[in-house]
Amino acid sequence: MDQDPKTTRALNFFAAQMVSISKSGIIQLIILSLFILGGLYALIVQIIEGHIVTGMRDNVVWGIYIVNFIFFIGISYAGALISGILHLLGVPWRTPIIRIAEIITVISTIIGPAYILLCMGRLDRLDHLALYGRIQSPIIWDVLAITTYLIGSIIFLYLASIRDLALLRDYPFKSKWRHKVYKFLALDFNGTAKQNRYLERGLNIMSAIIIPLAILVHSVLAWIFGMTLRPGWHSTIFAPYFVVAAVFSGTGVLIIAMWVFRKYYHLEAYITKIHFNYLGIILMILGALYGYFTFSEYLTSWYGSETWEMEVLYRLFDVNEYWWLFFFAAIVGVLLPIIVILIPRFRNINSITAVSAIAVLALWIKRYLIIIPTLETPLLPLQDMRTEYIHYSPTLIEWLLTFSGVALFCLLFFLFSKFIPIITVSKTDDRKDYSELRTLVMKRIMKRKLKEAQLKEFNKS
Amino acid sequence: MEEGKNTQSRRKFFSNTIPLALGAITGIGLLSQSCNNDEEEGETVSVLSSDGQLVQVKKSAMTPTASPNVRQGIPGKSFVMVIDLAKCKNARKCVSKCQKMHGLSTEDEWMKVFLMQDSNDTAPYWFPKPCFHCNQPPCVKVCPVGATYKRTDGIVLVDNERCIGCKFCMTACPYSSRVFQWKEAELSEEMAERDYSPESSVPSKVGTVGKCDFCPDMARKGILPDCVSGCPNGVIYFGDKNEDIVTNGNESFRFSKLIHDRAGYHYMAELGTEPNVYYLPPVNRIFDYEDGFENLSEDQIKFFKSSTVKKH
Repeated sequence: MDQDPKTTRALNFFAAQMVSISKSGIIQLIILSLFILGGLYALIVQIIEGHIVTGMRDNVVWGIYIVNFIFFIGISYAGALISGILHLLGVPWRTPIIRIAEIITVISTIIGPAYILLCMGRLDRLDHLALYGRIQSPIIWDVLAITTYLIGSIIFLYLASIRDLALLRDYPFKSKWRHKVYKFLALDFNGTAKQNRYLERGLNIMSAIIIPLAILVHSVLAWIFGMTLRPGWHSTIFAPYFVVAAVFSGTGVLIIAMWVFRKYYHLEAYITKIHFNYLGIILMILGALYGYFTFSEYLTSWYGSETWEMEVLYRLFDVNEYWWLFFFAAIVGVLLPIIVILIPRFRNINSITAVSAIAVLALWIKRYLIIIPTLETPLLPLQDMRTEYIHYSPTLIEWLLTFSGVALFCLLFFLFSKFIPIITVSKTDDRKDYSELRTLVMKRIMKRKLKEAQLKEFNKS
Repeated sequence: MEEGKNTQSRRKFFSNTIPLALGAITGIGLLSQSCNNDEEEGETVSVLSSDGQLVQVKKSAMTPTASPNVRQGIPGKSFVMVIDLAKCKNARKCVSKCQKMHGLSTEDEWMKVFLMQDSNDTAPYWFPKPCFHCNQPPCVKVCPVGATYKRTDGIVLVDNERCIGCKFCMTACPYSSRVFQWKEAELSEEMAERDYSPESSVPSKVGTVGKCDFCPDMARKGILPDCVSGCPNGVIYFGDKNEDIVTNGNESFRFSKLIHDRAGYHYMAELGTEPNVYYLPPVNRIFDYEDGFENLSEDQIKFFKSSTVKKH
């Protein structure tokens, strides 16, 4: 394959990092592995002892496992929507960040559904979903949507990586396994005109498919709650609300990941302030949209003041129950990112990353506030002497599995970055495409203006 | 007219001869089988074949009739329950009898008794609540594997051998009727060894969902559910809507007349679930609601009183 000097330089830079690991990197790996081992221990305990080891009971039947599930599927939006849309629009500054975004999508779509499995009482009967599956159940919609989504996002990531895989195949690595794997994955890609054309077409199709698919996945997820007759869940706004919250959190995680890799691999030359600014502005707009949805959701149920809806709202606004969490999740987590990014003086790489982290944390808590208070508020009075049946509090087992999920996310991300450059190194033909598109649009506009002018002339005469 | 007679007689002919023929065939089949096994030792049983012949059949050659189709329901039945709130004083016998019958722990209640008070100014009353066996069951709708299902006799059952424990039905049920088996139940030996059937819900399976099943296994034998026969005050009536009769064991009523005369109603009918459990309003009560505190501890009384009326 022909290489321009810029690509060669980038390839050398990343290949060196891919084969080496620093001392602090090893320590971090060990810490991550310890967290994952903790989760493994918790998993074994839960399988042996049964679900009694969790904080879930007959009223709150879904706990933080479901919260994590929604959270991870939410952040998977980074790759699907952000990189899909940026690709379709041919935005030129996207190149250094789309790989990170797509990797987030694939990893979180693998980890998210694992939490659903943790929530199932009978894991040994997973095959029943295939044997007796009923299409009327939103859970089956979810299973179908998420598997399609996972396969789609893997294909998207793979197609976008083929050029780099071909470069890596030709790079003189010392280890033999790398050569074998890269050779297998690169599919004899040599950068011929025909191959490039097909690849571009494939990428365009995939990015167009992945966007509606991602929207569908989160809508179906929201419908699991929206379809039930529960206060705080039974809402028509739920599907778009979940979608917006998901893109919001996905963008936040993308910004954090950019910051981490920029520091870790010294990518200052690739990921610049412009990227943080642009993504920050996207985050701000999404935050405003999400805030609008939140306001609209709670205002209507409060104004309507139906008994059951009010029960949940009073729990959220009760200082002794959920008020401070709600305050952080629905007010601080929305307003702070907007204010910090809106005012140019506050806007810099670190502050944008910090508010992204706050927004992501706020969104995890928001999912908790969607699930738990509603389940703690059944329609019939809660007359149970067992306090754990009335108030849910996650047990150590649940926390261990939660943190191990986050650790696994980081570990997989780290391993990915050792396998393939975290930033696309091969030269893509975006700019050409983009300018072509622009000239095409300009031509059309000119044509229309010409027609309008002719029409005017005609009317005058 | 003549034609009608003809078809009738033809039908009669078939209805008379087919069982005869079938009986003869099975009789011959059984006979030949018993003949073949003649040399072997074994107990024989006298069986009356449907054509009226007494045949000797080896015990080992006999197979029991097919077990009832538990997903279909009992033909021609439409089970209903009527709960007379005017007679309930929270004796809690329905709760304990149900627990004993289904091998539940003392904490797991398929039949629950709530203390209800609709608003601060209205009178409190005791409210026994089984599964409502809705005609539009939200739980059945959402089950991903069809483990919970609606039968022709109106009963909603859970197949604990198919349930995957996703608990979606528990969030979908607006009446808190479902109970999860969070840990392995401590069953008596006799119970643990029984063959599982969704109709008896015994023995329970860990990691699956259970609930009041209207005791169809008892209905097949013509016995009332234990919550009905166990109630000392005759609060709960059980019966068949098609036969238009409900009974609490002591007295029987025409179902339609009872509902009509006593203004029977559905609890939370606005949810559109169409329950098969009807309530008679707590008017002209024979007990004061405070009589229901007799068997409770101080803590329980305080707890019940504090949690009845929704605070907001």
